[in-house]
Amino acid sequence: MKLTEKEVEIIEILEKDARIPIETLAKMVSLSVDETEAILKKLEETKVIVQYTTLVDWRKVDGHEGVTAMIDVKVTPKRGVGFDEVAERIYHFPEVKSVYLMSGAYDLSVVIEGRSMSEVAKFVSEKLSTLDSVISTTTHFILKKYKHDGTVFDQGDQDHRIVMAP
Amino acid sequence: MMQQTKKSYLSETVARLKPSGIRRFFDLASSMEGVVSLGVGEPDFVTSWSIREACILSLEQGYTSYTANAGLLELRQEIAAYLARKFHVKYDPETEILVTVGASQAIDLALRATVNPGDEVIVVEPSFVAYSPLVTLAGGVPISVGTNGDDHFKLRPEQIERVITERTKALIVCSPNNPTGTVLHKEELEAIAQIVKKHDLLVISDEIYAELTYDGPYISFAAVDGMRERTILISGFSKGFAMTGWRLGFAAAPAEILQAMLKIHQYAIMCAPTMAQYAAIEALRNGEQDVEYMKKSYHRRRNYFVQSLNEIGLSCHMPGGAFYAFPSIRATGMTSEQFAEKLLLEEKVAVVPGSVFGASGEGYIRCSYASSMEQLQEAIKRMKRFLDRL
Ligand SMILES: Cc1ncc(COP(=O)(O)O)c(C=O)c1O
Repeated sequence: MKLTEKEVEIIEILEKDARIPIETLAKMVSLSVDETEAILKKLEETKVIVQYTTLVDWRKVDGHEGVTAMIDVKVTPKRGVGFDEVAERIYHFPEVKSVYLMSGAYDLSVVIEGRSMSEVAKFVSEKLSTLDSVISTTTHFILKKYKHDGTVFDQGDQDHRIVMAP
Repeated sequence: MMQQTKKSYLSETVARLKPSGIRRFFDLASSMEGVVSLGVGEPDFVTSWSIREACILSLEQGYTSYTANAGLLELRQEIAAYLARKFHVKYDPETEILVTVGASQAIDLALRATVNPGDEVIVVEPSFVAYSPLVTLAGGVPISVGTNGDDHFKLRPEQIERVITERTKALIVCSPNNPTGTVLHKEELEAIAQIVKKHDLLVISDEIYAELTYDGPYISFAAVDGMRERTILISGFSKGFAMTGWRLGFAAAPAEILQAMLKIHQYAIMCAPTMAQYAAIEALRNGEQDVEYMKKSYHRRRNYFVQSLNEIGLSCHMPGGAFYAFPSIRATGMTSEQFAEKLLLEEKVAVVPGSVFGASGEGYIRCSYASSMEQLQEAIKRMKRFLDRL
């Protein structure tokens, strides 16, 4: 789908802050509120904008720390459907947060979130490894998130500038 | 008994120099909590990591000694390539480019290298606060030319011609302008060029905001027909590359003028900071994407902020460049100082009174929109409340 420059700009702004008031957004791209609303509606209907989500630092919430694992999965692709069918079998599990087809040493990169390491381990051994096409898995637990989707955790908006300068 | 008055050690020129009008507001704003500042004349971005990283590497490798007086040749070559690529002006990196301690020092050198005692230098106002004092310090006489807010502060040839005398030596122009954000377009520059040629003036063109123009390609004064030979082009890394603290700028000019500037520079400064020069090489080689990103961000903030100012009742032209909005506050009946002070005390929004930038800035305030969208929205909210109360 070909988008106009303004449409791309609206997406770029929302990617950084999806809660920006529509009046402000409209002004930033020099459109009326109605025009901006129409563009948003179109982008949502065509699923260019899939969803508006919130980036949460769960470590700060007691009892919700959780664990995240990245699992390298090697699979045998099936004739006719390639990797898509295996990927689909995997991504339907709700604990699977993302699935990517990769180039290189393994085929699928699967991100799992669970409440504890044993929960993740259980998922890998019972659900993932037992799939027919899965040849092997390597599980990496994330120890600390420094930056996620372009955002650095715990980076205050520190402005070091003096309050007034020529 | 004989009365002894203590003798002052100060130079009379310096003693007579007016302190900057920003100072009082700076002190006031600094003493307050919770101020939303639109008073900052510098980017809100931190220098991009690739540039900072290049500087760190240069330190690790031990590049901590002086460079050539004119700056690292490698950097001058990058500057020459950059000027040719972006603004279609050609300079010889060996003899026509000088790396300076900010554009500030380049302006100072340009004046000191060319002004004879009593020479008049035309300063177009409202303008950056340093020009007139630097003319005075160079032994010249600053001659203010006011531009007109109703004409979006465009510099018109008649305005220059009106003040030209046989002592007029040079003209300082700045586009995009601080504080008005006004950009001079090709035909406007050409009209000025005609007068400049007719009266054989030197032009000091402060192009520090050249990277930040939003409504069309930037035209350097040196690129205007016949102007290169009489123009000192001044620019730097502070604004476009968000490198204010690195103190790095440059001048490009015909060899005769540039070598005279270099003569002063080698005695007064030796060379610009070495580590900053290495950072600047990286900025010119790989910094373009980051500049584009920042420019896009200012552009959106400009659109938001200027439209919002107009909506809350502060009439403001759409500035073509830099990161300043310069709305009129004349409708309030206050002077720009009164307005700025009252706004600061009552709503804790810091802006700079337009009068600081010259008499023709009276009736206006400078608002920098190089602040986060959250801060800008908060500032608009407070300013609206303030205006509604008047
Ligand atoms: C118009 C203008 N020229 C020059 C400068 C100084 O720039 P630098 O940091 O390169 O000395 C500024 C900074 O505010 C400016 O606004």
